[in-house]
Amino acid sequence: MSLQEYFSLVVSDYTLRTITLGTAVLGLVCGLLGSFAVLRKQSLLGDAISHAALPGIVIAFLITGAKTSNTLLIGALISGLIGTFWIRGIVKKTHLKSDTALGLILSLFFGFGMLLLTFVQKMPNAQQAGLDKYLFGQAATLVESDVWLMTIVMIISLLVLAVFWKEFKVLHFDADYTKSLGFNTQILDVLITSLIVLAIVIGLQTVGVVLMSAMLLAPAAAARQWTNKLGVMVFLAAMFGAFSGILGTAVSASSNNLSTGPVIVLIAAGFVVVSFIFSPGRGLLFKEIRHWKNRNDLQLHKTLAFMYDIAKNHENVSHPHEVKILNNFQGYTKSSLKKLADREYITIDGSTWSLTPKGFDKAINLYNRQENLYE
Amino acid sequence: MSSAQLEIQLIACIVAIACAIPGTFLVLRKMAMISDAISHSILPGIVVGFFLTEDLNSPWLILLAAFSGILTVVLVEYIQKTGLVKEDTAIGLVFPALFSIGVILIAKNAGDVHLDIDAVLLGELAFAPFDRLMINGTDIGPKSLYVIGTILLITLGLLIAFFKELKLSTFDTQLAATLGFSPVIMHYGLMTVASVTTVGAFDAVGAILVVALMIAPAAMAYLLTKDLKKMLWLSVLFGMIAAILGYWVAHWLDASIAGSITTVLGVLFLAVYMFAPNTGLISVLYRQKRQQIEVHLLTFLLHLQNHEEVAERHIKHLNEHINWHEVTAKSVLDLAVKNNMIVVEDQIISLTPKGEVFTAEAINYIITNKSAAIEEMKDRFFLFRG
Repeated sequence: MSLQEYFSLVVSDYTLRTITLGTAVLGLVCGLLGSFAVLRKQSLLGDAISHAALPGIVIAFLITGAKTSNTLLIGALISGLIGTFWIRGIVKKTHLKSDTALGLILSLFFGFGMLLLTFVQKMPNAQQAGLDKYLFGQAATLVESDVWLMTIVMIISLLVLAVFWKEFKVLHFDADYTKSLGFNTQILDVLITSLIVLAIVIGLQTVGVVLMSAMLLAPAAAARQWTNKLGVMVFLAAMFGAFSGILGTAVSASSNNLSTGPVIVLIAAGFVVVSFIFSPGRGLLFKEIRHWKNRNDLQLHKTLAFMYDIAKNHENVSHPHEVKILNNFQGYTKSSLKKLADREYITIDGSTWSLTPKGFDKAINLYNRQENLYE
Repeated sequence: MSSAQLEIQLIACIVAIACAIPGTFLVLRKMAMISDAISHSILPGIVVGFFLTEDLNSPWLILLAAFSGILTVVLVEYIQKTGLVKEDTAIGLVFPALFSIGVILIAKNAGDVHLDIDAVLLGELAFAPFDRLMINGTDIGPKSLYVIGTILLITLGLLIAFFKELKLSTFDTQLAATLGFSPVIMHYGLMTVASVTTVGAFDAVGAILVVALMIAPAAMAYLLTKDLKKMLWLSVLFGMIAAILGYWVAHWLDASIAGSITTVLGVLFLAVYMFAPNTGLISVLYRQKRQQIEVHLLTFLLHLQNHEEVAERHIKHLNEHINWHEVTAKSVLDLAVKNNMIVVEDQIISLTPKGEVFTAEAINYIITNKSAAIEEMKDRFFLFRG
C-alpha cells in the first residue's frame, strides 16, 4: 500500500482510522505532559515508569483473570504510581541519586514482573498471549474503546493544565517562590506526576515499554528548541507528538513488516534532529553561522585596528598608505580589504588604501565598545 | 544438585560479580541510567552482527554490540555538549532511537531470522548449560561461562591496574585531570567495560537483569558504606547472594531465573533501604523525629527563658501558646524533665540551673555557628535523647 492509498483509506477504513486516531491522540497527550517531564529534569521517569508498570499488569491479570484493557491499565497505573513514589522516597530519604533510584525501580519492578509473567504462563487456562504486547507494543491491537480512553485522558490533562496553568508555570521555574506564594507544591507535584504516569500507562499498549520514554521526551525536546515560552512549547510538543503518531502509522501501514511503535519513535527523533539543527534561536546551524560570522568580523576588526595604528601617526587620518605595508600583518587578504571598503571603513585607490573618517571612528571605539564585535 | 544446576549458579555468580564492579562506579558517578540505555541500544549492533555472520555465537556480535553501546555514550555526550537539552533527556532520546532501529531491522527480516527481541531483552539462564564449548570434540563446559569469565578477568585486571585512577577520577575529576590522569579515558574505559559486560551477559541473563545486577548491589552497598573498597566487596557479595538465592527461588517456583534473581535483589534492597543503620528509612525517620522534638525542646526552653511571668509558664498554657498538639507538648515536657532542664511545681514550669546554662549556650551557639549542627552540644547536655 502506498502512502497515498493509505491516506485515502484512513477515512473509510475502520481499523486504519482507529489506529491513526489512537496514535495521534497518544502523541498529543505525550507531548503535552512530556514538556513538563523535560522541564522538571524527569526525562527518564517515563522509562522507569513504563517498566515499573509490568508487575501491576500481571497482577491485575492474576486477580481478575481477564485480559480486558481497562483492568490491566488500572494495575499498570497502580504499580507505576508505587514505583514513582518509591523513587521519590529513595531520592528524598537517602543519599542515592535520582539516576540510581530510577535504574533500581526500573530493573527491580520489571524483573519482578517477569517472575510473575512466567508464573502466569504456566497456568492451565492462561490466555496471557496478549500480555506481551505490553512489552513491545502493538498499535494494531488498538480498538475504538482504547481511543476513547486516550481521548478522556487527553481531556482530563487539558482541563487540569488549564485550571492550574499559572501554578504549574511558576512551579516549574521557581519552586521556592511558588511555595512562598502559598501554593501547596506537594499537591501540584503529585498532580502532574500522576498525569505523566497515566499518559505512560495508556501508551504502553501502543508503543511498548522501551519506546514509551521516547514518546514522552522527543516531542518536548524538539519543541523546546523553538521557543522559550511554556505555552508555545507545550502546544508545539503536542503537535509534534500528534504528527509523529499520524506519520508513523502511515509509514508503517504503507510498508510490510514495519512495527508502528519504532517508526513513530524514529519520526519523533527526526523532529528532534531537525529542531536541533534548524531552530533559529538555539539550533546548531545558526549557532555555527553566528560563530563563523563573529570570527570573520574579528578578522576584519583586527585588520582595521592595525590600519588605525598606522593612520593615527598622520595629521590627516585619510592619508593614503601602500597596501604593501599590510604585508607583515597576517590577518589581511584581498577579500578582507574589499569587505572593509564595502563597509566604507577604508577607500582603496590603486595600490594604496586610506581610512575614512567613519573607519577611523570605528577603529577608535573598537576596543572600548565590545558589542561592536557582534554587530 | 546436578552439574547443570551448578553451572547455572556459577554463571549467575560470575555475571553478578562482573556487573557489580562497573556498577559500583556507575552509581558513584551518577550514571546508573547509562547502563539501562546501553542494555537497550546494543540491539542494532547484535542484529547487524547477526545479519553479517548468521551465527548468534559469533564474537562479531559482541564486538558490534559493544560498539553500539559505546556509540550510545558518544551520542549522549555529543547531544549534551550542544547544551540544547540536559543529560537525562539526551539519554532518553538516544537509546529508544537506536532500539527502534534494531526492532525495525529484525521485523524487516523476520522471515529468515531466528532472533527474538524477547530473548535479547529477557534472556534465559536455564538454557545456558546447553550451549557447550567443544575443543577437539571434548566438552569443556558451557560457552557463556567462558565468555563471562573472560570479561570478568579483564574487568578485574583493569580494576586492579587502574584502581587509584578510577577512584580519583570518580571523586575528584578536576584533581585527576590536574595530576595527569585523563578523566576522559577513565570515562570511556568504564563505559566500554559496562558495554562489553552487558553484551557478554545478555544472552545468558538478559538485558534487564544486567541492569539490575549493575545498579541494585551497588546501591545497597552505598547505603551501607562510604568506603570505596568496602563498597566494591559488598556489591560483589550482594550480587552473589542474589544470584544463588534467586536460582533456588526460581527452582522452587519453577519460574524465570532472571526474574527471580531480580526479585531477590528487590527484596534485599527493600531490607537495606528500610533497616540500614544511619542511612536506612527507619533510621532516617527516627533521626528526623528526634531532631524535631529536640528543636521543639530548644524553642520551649528559649520561651521559658524569655518569660519570667507565671502565666506564660503554666503547663496548660503550652498548647495554645506555642501551638503544639498535646502529644508533642507532653513528649517535649517529658524530655526536658528527664534531662533535668526544667522542674514542674504546681503546674508552673521553671528552668533548672542546668537548663539555663544549656539555653544560654545554645543561643550563643546558634548565633555564632549559623549552619553548624548542634549535635555535639546535645551530647554534652542530654542524658536521654528525644
